[in-house]
Amino acid sequence: MNFTEIIRNAKEAADPGVIARAIPYGNFIGIDAHLDGDAVVCTIPGDEMIVGNPVLPAIHGGVIGAFLEHAALMLLMWELAPGQLPKTINVSIDYLRSGKLEKTFAQGKVTRQGRRVANVQADAWQADPDMPIAVAHGHFLIMD
Amino acid sequence: MSSFDPAASSNPIANDRESAQRFADTIPHGRELGLAVEAIAPGRALFVMDYQERLIGNPETGVLHGGVITTLIDTVSGCAVFSALPSLVPIATLDLRIDYLKPATPRLPLHADARCYKLTRNIGFTRAFAYHSDPADPVVNSVGTFMVNSSDSSLRLDDLTEERAS
Repeated sequence: MNFTEIIRNAKEAADPGVIARAIPYGNFIGIDAHLDGDAVVCTIPGDEMIVGNPVLPAIHGGVIGAFLEHAALMLLMWELAPGQLPKTINVSIDYLRSGKLEKTFAQGKVTRQGRRVANVQADAWQADPDMPIAVAHGHFLIMD
Repeated sequence: MSSFDPAASSNPIANDRESAQRFADTIPHGRELGLAVEAIAPGRALFVMDYQERLIGNPETGVLHGGVITTLIDTVSGCAVFSALPSLVPIATLDLRIDYLKPATPRLPLHADARCYKLTRNIGFTRAFAYHSDPADPVVNSVGTFMVNSSDSSLRLDDLTEERAS
């Protein structure tokens, strides 16, 4: 099954988790996705395997960056026309707080959608959505 | 590194590849990915990560997920800061900017080369890039900043490796 079909199936089932679970790396770090109203919300469990700082312990900054990029890509795959796929041009991540070893959420927001490039922001949070642990913004090339 | 004096250093990983690998292996996610230290010097770190199918981002092409390259870059950049320090203290990533210059090639290992090109009392500034075989043809370029002594304590490599064993 190709990616366009996976996205189509996910939309028919109204379940972005169908896309999340089709991506090997997402499965590797445990990313899932669901709809909260119209919003695509991604989640990741606080597994020992994603620890970057064993002293605190805290989630690896790279995993948090990957999770934010994934949330931005998930949003674009959900909102773009069928057959269009986003490709990351760049991503810039600000780390605000250490990520505790607990369930973490991420949600993207398209700040500008051009014909070829989309600008997306994404926030990651844990217990309190008003206390993000990291934020990112990225540019994504839209491939037909 | 202008501020680095190897003679005065009590940093066990600054010049020693095996100690740097022991240190990297105390990071659970780095160990899970099998990140290997190829070379280490004060303010410089070179790592390699093998291609693994579980790290694929696009199941149609087999291309690695960009996010796992972010993890490789964050780790190697952090180690370049660690190796620049006069003694091992905790650090924390403040920000990271990643440019994806071209897709990673499936089945090839990925090398990552980082430099801490400026270290102040509080901040380490890094540049890093990732490549398959030709450093002049990188897959990813990045810059980052790291807070030094992020939790006001010192780290002992032996304590970290003992914690891991227990």
